[in-house]
Amino acid sequence: MIARLTNEPLGGREPLIEVHAHFLHARCGRKDWRERNASRLRAGERMGITVHIASILGTWGRTSPVYFPSPDDVSLGNDEMLALQEQEGDRVRSYVTVNPNDGEHALAEIERCLARGAVGIKLAASRRADDPLLDPIATEAAHRRVPILQHVWQHRRRDWPGQEASDGVELARLAARHPDASFILAHIGGGGDWQHTLPAIAGVPNVYVDLSGSGVDRGMLDRTVAAVGASRMLWGSDLTMETGLAKLWALDVIGLPAEDISAIRWGNAARIFPAGSFPGIATRVAAERQAPVRAS
Amino acid sequence: MTTDVHTWIGPYPFRDVPHPDPEILVRVLEREGVQSAWVGHLPSAFWRDPSTGNDALFRALERWPDVLRPLPCIRPDWPEWERSLRAIADRHVAAVRAYPSQWGFGPQERAMLDLAVACGEMRLVLVLTTRFEDARQRHWMDSAGDLSGAAIRSIVRASQHVHVLVCAAGRALIEEVHWGLTPAERARIWWDISWLWGPPEDDLAHLLRTCGADRFVYGSAWPLRLTQTPRANLALLPDDVATATLASAEEIAKAAQLAVQR
Repeated sequence: MIARLTNEPLGGREPLIEVHAHFLHARCGRKDWRERNASRLRAGERMGITVHIASILGTWGRTSPVYFPSPDDVSLGNDEMLALQEQEGDRVRSYVTVNPNDGEHALAEIERCLARGAVGIKLAASRRADDPLLDPIATEAAHRRVPILQHVWQHRRRDWPGQEASDGVELARLAARHPDASFILAHIGGGGDWQHTLPAIAGVPNVYVDLSGSGVDRGMLDRTVAAVGASRMLWGSDLTMETGLAKLWALDVIGLPAEDISAIRWGNAARIFPAGSFPGIATRVAAERQAPVRAS
Repeated sequence: MTTDVHTWIGPYPFRDVPHPDPEILVRVLEREGVQSAWVGHLPSAFWRDPSTGNDALFRALERWPDVLRPLPCIRPDWPEWERSLRAIADRHVAAVRAYPSQWGFGPQERAMLDLAVACGEMRLVLVLTTRFEDARQRHWMDSAGDLSGAAIRSIVRASQHVHVLVCAAGRALIEEVHWGLTPAERARIWWDISWLWGPPEDDLAHLLRTCGADRFVYGSAWPLRLTQTPRANLALLPDDVATATLASAEEIAKAAQLAVQR
């Protein structure tokens, strides 16, 4: 067995922003919710994750469906997420989750939760991404200069039970209507045909690709770089942190220059999230820049 | 010594896979700190007659006999398969691969059970593959479903001499089979860790605690999946199982070798 040989962060010492994380809470129906949250934070420490940007989708299906959460559950999940952010300090940041079918509630939640410290908006699969119902939310995101993380099924060839999922083509339509907003295409490795997604979004510069998901197909990283460039890639893990770590290690061996890897690890996220979202990173980067250069 | 028991060479029919070549695999193993690999011929899983694939596999790997161990494929509903199996056994392979889902076999397919019995008698490990890709991304012409728990249980029960390695299984399938076998039966089956989730769900850690680390073995699913994944999964294990010792390919092969003598 290959043993753990060092206490160094497994993902390296450079800042690392996880743009696609989730947490659980006491009213989500899982008795092991504390254990799962602790596991994510423990693994994050071991990997060297500086910030988990996370969302909670209502009650995760306990009292309304995961991808169609009721207004009450949306607010409850957002409250739980913000409470965790307050508890964990700089290492956790929040997306405000909204269901566009309750449009007024969605806009009110965005205002309420951004005021409490959320740094982005999470759109799951409550309404197709190119539906006009999403326009007011995208307009608000552009106005407030926060990105939207859009749940995506790569190449959705039919409807799947329990969600009104969108694919890259549909997200590209929304993004084209709102060129001043930043959109994060969720989990390129999260299921479906990722090869279909890349040409669908390549020409839409305000769509960024989050690398999370359990899929670790060889060729996925290389082709994403070729399609959208490192400046539009964001690192994340979603529900499988080991695949996130594997992709992080793989970035080191596909021939990217160091500045591109830094951009994927944290630089691109620091650029599209609101200024001041990641004070821990600003401090670390400043300290590293001031540190004396050691002779090798 | 670590052996990656779950690798192939050759192209995949449903998408382009970069460089599925043995010389690349050798370099990747070295980079990952893995000393050897059990290697199958990927196209053979989808061919009607895998015999030419077996020939290609032996030829392709002959430059690296100490690193790459060929795992040929036997299709047990094909005429003269017993002769093919004997010929392969004479080449001192450790294991053979079979793909019952891709061949349209049901869970109690007689031919598959016959192959299991024959492998046991010839002291060969029988290697099965649960899936090649996530069900959500499969090509519309890839209609084979995942290998079922019922199929695996029937194969393990076919003979007290059969030893089975299942690749790319997830937690639910492993638990269904493990707890659906007697202790003696489950001592003859191993699982690779290529498709088990780490934190925050910690499926791998859970299975190491409940089923035992000696039921699991290192595997990556190269060239379909990143070879870094099993290493990352092991590196993120919680402290209580971080030093657990997985089974080795050599132990599995040895168990099969000793089975008939017992």
